[in-house]
Amino acid sequence: MQDRNSDTNKSINLNSIRKNIDFSSFTSALMAILLGLIFGFFVMLFAMPANALAGFRYIALGGFSRLGDVFYFATPILMTGLSVGFAFKMGLFNIGASGQYTMGMFFALMAGFMLDLPNGLHWIVAVLAGMVGGLIWGFIPGFFKALLNVNEVITSIMFNYIGMYLVDMWVRGSSTMYNSTITRTNYIPQSAQIPSLGFTGTNVNYGIVLAILIGILLYIILQKTTFGYELKATGYNKHAAEYAGMRGKTNIIITMMIAGALSGLGGAFAILAPSGIPGSSMTYEPVNIIAANGFNGIAVALLGNSHPIGIIFSALFISHLQRGGTLTTLVGYKPEIIDVVIAIIIYFSAFAMIMNAAIGRFIKKRIKKEHTDIIEDIKEEIDNIEASNNNSKEAE
Amino acid sequence: MSTLYYLIQNMLPVAISLLLVALGGMFSEVGGVINIALEGIMLFGAYFATLFVYFVQDSGLNPQTILILGMLVAAVAGLIYSLLLSFAAVTMKANQTIVGTSLNMLIPAAVLLFSKMFFMSDGITTSINFYIRKVPVLGDIPVIGPMFFQRTYLTVMIGFALLIISTVVFYKTKFGLRLRACGEHPHAADSVGINVHKMRYLGTSISGILGGIGGFFYSVGIMDGNVNGHTGVAGFGFLALAVMIFGQWRPGKIFLGALFFAFLRTLAYSVSLIPFLANLGIDQTYYRMMPYVATMVVLAFTSKKSRAPKAEGIPYDKSLR
Repeated sequence: MQDRNSDTNKSINLNSIRKNIDFSSFTSALMAILLGLIFGFFVMLFAMPANALAGFRYIALGGFSRLGDVFYFATPILMTGLSVGFAFKMGLFNIGASGQYTMGMFFALMAGFMLDLPNGLHWIVAVLAGMVGGLIWGFIPGFFKALLNVNEVITSIMFNYIGMYLVDMWVRGSSTMYNSTITRTNYIPQSAQIPSLGFTGTNVNYGIVLAILIGILLYIILQKTTFGYELKATGYNKHAAEYAGMRGKTNIIITMMIAGALSGLGGAFAILAPSGIPGSSMTYEPVNIIAANGFNGIAVALLGNSHPIGIIFSALFISHLQRGGTLTTLVGYKPEIIDVVIAIIIYFSAFAMIMNAAIGRFIKKRIKKEHTDIIEDIKEEIDNIEASNNNSKEAE
Repeated sequence: MSTLYYLIQNMLPVAISLLLVALGGMFSEVGGVINIALEGIMLFGAYFATLFVYFVQDSGLNPQTILILGMLVAAVAGLIYSLLLSFAAVTMKANQTIVGTSLNMLIPAAVLLFSKMFFMSDGITTSINFYIRKVPVLGDIPVIGPMFFQRTYLTVMIGFALLIISTVVFYKTKFGLRLRACGEHPHAADSVGINVHKMRYLGTSISGILGGIGGFFYSVGIMDGNVNGHTGVAGFGFLALAVMIFGQWRPGKIFLGALFFAFLRTLAYSVSLIPFLANLGIDQTYYRMMPYVATMVVLAFTSKKSRAPKAEGIPYDKSLR
């Protein structure tokens, strides 16, 4: 009796894990990654058959040899990923992470160059300035969506371009920021740079620590607060949420502002980070191109299924792939191969859940069929026995 | 007057490119599939057509023949690429916005990858001249001649022809009506025996064809026959979507919208030629931003009473009937 009870408990647990939505999104993310890598391999095979294997090994494993850099470059895409994922929870597609990121970067640069503050305080102020920049640029699509019913996708894309043109113009127009001989921004003052964590051979800094903490904070907001609940409810069913008395329009604007702030922080973390040369920082080159980190954030958010903790891991994974991708130049490829792989991963992750469910159903059917086969065998056996019994009875 | 002629001559190639892509978006959306991937489709079509031009430019063919052949290549390339969207959005019932975004990200990266590996540059540069100084006979007509038939490209005339064909298909054929039914109320369409999946595949495929052609016309009329992975088509796919919304999913209004946006863009790039604007001393960048800002202003006023297809963006599921 005791044994049987524990047995049923176990099977319930297994079932609940299998049916758990987080688990199934995890397996579908894995499947998308796998398909993305396979297709990436084919692209490499097509481009240069001789080195495809060596190149693929760099992509898959290259990041491990540069763990510090993986964390370093994961910081901005982790923030844009959180931004896109957070808006997704509300059912909004924040494709404008690029513009918000660029705006945040510019505000951080402004605070870094124009303010004169003591050592420990300066970089914190610059980071906060970046947050404000992104927040403003996130407010606009939210406002347009909530009050004027304009699709946030179009608004964000337009404001990606507007933000990029504005920032490039402002940067080029400022003699303190812009160094026209190298056509890039100057190094920002030491006091405005985010302090390094102090590992040798890499410049991984407090940015990644803060980014991960923000991810955990977002998780708490989404799971434990009324605001988070309203947000998710609106994402599931807008009309039901409205009917239940939630203020849909205000929530849209607040969500987009938070999403923008997160992207802005990403821009600030990226530009305020110290770089390889001592005393230097990352620089920005105004060449009228939309920031790629915003679009990579979409990949990160989708892979992490918009779950803040999942996004932390997917950001590290994408960054790992990117580091590996830069190493493929050693065997004659170009780093763009990684953008191809990432795009394919997103393509598949868009319907991986459905594919996953289909495969699950298929396997279930197989198991069920085997079950029914066995049961039918047993039935036949019983019939035979009964028949033989009857025969013997008749014989008597 | 010569400034006006100049503006119109420069505006038309831009307008035609926008017009074709926006018409493509329209065919896809009235069928019920949101086509964010237009940007990627444009670049894909433009890349293959330019690659084709690159290989045949020294064969001694007439430039206008090459242009028409290149257009066919672009149409086929766009059609093939749009099938990726159809497959994911119609057959696999995936989120159409996400799929479109991934398709947009794929192409610039792939173009850069292959151009850097095989051409040692960011794109393809061709040396052929598609420019028409003056169309014989028609170019001599006063007023209309200089406006439409001088210093132009063949693309403009093809574009007008495609506009007329699209309008007829949209309003006057069984196919157009059925396609619109699939975007408004697919369940009702299905109940009278229309194959919704097939119609949606056709709608997206037409948008792929027009998007590919529009992309090639962009590279002919605006980029001098070149393609570049970095700038791509400079957001024209998205601008075309805005033009389509501005035109309320109707061919005639879309044409007006395309003219409006193309005019703004041409104005932005010819500020230095217009003494009045040049004297204002405003930074050129503001003019460059103008099409995007104008899009926002227009959308802010038109979106409240939007006439978007009702089933747009919702995958068709038979079991929900």
